[in-house]
Amino acid sequence: MDKKLVDERVAEFRDQTRRFLAGELSDDEFRHLRLRNGLYIQTHAPMLRVAIPYGLLSSVQLRMLGSIARRYDRGYGHFTTRQNLQYNWPKLETVPDILADLATVEMHAIQTSGNCIRNTTSDHLAGVTPNELEDPRPWCEIIRQWSTFHPEFYYLPRKFKIAVTGAPQDRAASLVHDVGVHIVRNAAGELGFEILAGGGLGRTPIIGQVVRDFLPREHLLSYLEAILRVYNLEGRRDNLTKARIKILVKSLGIDEFKRRVEAEWELIRDGGLRVDEAEVARMRSFFAPPAYKRLANSEPATGKDAAFRAWYRYNTVEHKVPGYRVVYVSLKAPDVAPGDATDAQMELIADLADRYSFGEIRVTHTQNLLLADVEQEQTFELWQTLAAHGLATPNVGTLTDMICCPGLDFCSLANASSIDVAKLINDRFDDYDYLYDLGELEVKMSGCMNACGHHHVGHIGILGVDKGGEPWYQVTIGGAAGADASLGSVIGPSVKKADVPETIARLLAVYVEHRQDDERFLDTVRRLGVKPFKDRVYAASVAA
Amino acid sequence: MPRQLLRDGRVVADDWQYLAEFEGAEAAGDVPALIVPFARWLTERADWLSRAAGRLGVVLKPADKVEQLGPDVARLTLIAAEFPGPTDGRGYTQGRLLRERYGFTGELRAAGYVRRDQLFFLARCGFNSFELPEAELGTALSAFSTFSAAYQPSNDAGLRQPLEHR
Repeated sequence: MDKKLVDERVAEFRDQTRRFLAGELSDDEFRHLRLRNGLYIQTHAPMLRVAIPYGLLSSVQLRMLGSIARRYDRGYGHFTTRQNLQYNWPKLETVPDILADLATVEMHAIQTSGNCIRNTTSDHLAGVTPNELEDPRPWCEIIRQWSTFHPEFYYLPRKFKIAVTGAPQDRAASLVHDVGVHIVRNAAGELGFEILAGGGLGRTPIIGQVVRDFLPREHLLSYLEAILRVYNLEGRRDNLTKARIKILVKSLGIDEFKRRVEAEWELIRDGGLRVDEAEVARMRSFFAPPAYKRLANSEPATGKDAAFRAWYRYNTVEHKVPGYRVVYVSLKAPDVAPGDATDAQMELIADLADRYSFGEIRVTHTQNLLLADVEQEQTFELWQTLAAHGLATPNVGTLTDMICCPGLDFCSLANASSIDVAKLINDRFDDYDYLYDLGELEVKMSGCMNACGHHHVGHIGILGVDKGGEPWYQVTIGGAAGADASLGSVIGPSVKKADVPETIARLLAVYVEHRQDDERFLDTVRRLGVKPFKDRVYAASVAA
Repeated sequence: MPRQLLRDGRVVADDWQYLAEFEGAEAAGDVPALIVPFARWLTERADWLSRAAGRLGVVLKPADKVEQLGPDVARLTLIAAEFPGPTDGRGYTQGRLLRERYGFTGELRAAGYVRRDQLFFLARCGFNSFELPEAELGTALSAFSTFSAAYQPSNDAGLRQPLEHR
């Protein structure tokens, strides 16, 4: 990001904080200003959310994030489902200093909260996955620049999130974003975009709908501007829980929404927002592939011990360049809150990125980190170091690779804790042979209906609810966040915290009994429906 | 003391009155520089045009449809958008549409809740006059240069060139 703009932003916020502390700005006035700098006032302390555009970090930046965690916080940070990082214990008066330190590595907290256009997220395998049509990151950057300090869309009815994907698999949960942008090819062989709108989780979960099935690439920004303009003028502002674009799309109907967007777009499509090919080429140059060696594919796991083989199988995936492998750095160790990393871990991962992966780290929306370009022959050495520092839990894509919000322990919105439920689940399901046998399974947990943990789109979703002052947990099954996105169905009455692991165990028992061939848990639920699962869970009532 | 405001970068005394501030509006005859609510403009348009001695303004609420005012902008010397509080951003779109779509060249005024922290954004949406609280009038000017460049084209003619994308 442009260094000068970031510096100017720090100066602006320093002055706003000073005016607030001097009593010149009221709580409410300051609130809207601090939110646009990622600063929440939370249960224990302010929470600062740092932007990581489309989840991409340099080693220098990650080292700074670790350093800030040590100097201003309690020695750790929390990676989020939107590829950002949160600090849970900063002091309000030090936030301008934190922002100034971030600015030295061209980082910031601009528009990470507040009712404005948020961080644009993307596929964490962008540029390295074998079957993508095109690397989506240059388009994310084009959107990021357009949306930064957009003068017209800085005070929207509600927050606005955009995700961009370039592969058939959707690893960015784009169908539950306010706008999803999919790179697609039309019948004439040209690349362009499918545009979806109106997806979202929270109190009213909805899968996004197609607004335009093919948008020529040069019109991306004018089309987004048309959508935002319709939303800014027509979105509800009288009720916070009905203010997201999904409610507007739902109330107008997709056809009428589309008609309004297209009518607006016709008036601005040939204006100053056209993205020409030279600009696209220049953006692409920032995401040029690193200097890969010419290598042949190998079998690094052959003959190695079982622990490495398990890790290699679950925590690494195919790379499009021969001889390379994509490596997940698991932030889902059994004794750690999902998505948390310590200052020392962040600095270590930065060093490992320099040594093994061209100095680049990515954040996944499943709250892990990723080293995208590791030579296959170096994976064993890398694994040994990761394992020694609690970063090689071989559970990526399995039950214990849970997505989890900070919950009641940190968040003032939450009804119930989620981190200690994750701990209970980890304690119960510690047999890796069983986890591997269960195969791909996404468990997602939110401490309240704001759904930061994406529970609606978990194969198993867990939602904290408040019942007479006590935390209870509502369980859904059959949700999915990918290209085949669906919302989970509630299995029945909510259960007590202590019964969550048993509930999951019963769901899984039904799956193991009924699965056919290589069917995933999700597929079995889709085939059988909720009933057999529900019957088992409530048979000898765990939900007493 | 008349209301002071920031117009084209200078603190000036307001030479306009809102209809609610003007006594004698219900009598016949010429009126001074007057800002009429959009709802009354819609129903009494011809009347106000005939009574205005050259200068007439209209004030919009956030839900008012700019396209209903569009054909008439050349007859108006001032258009104000009222901001009810720190969160309602519809006025920003109204401003851009008035300037860019309907070609309004007169005074575009931000009224209601207007604070220095909004000025950079308001100016980029075409506003050139701002009803700031008295305490901010003297110091708000620096807010226009909060950022030295911008990423996206907006209503910036004469203000600054968009930043070259980088």
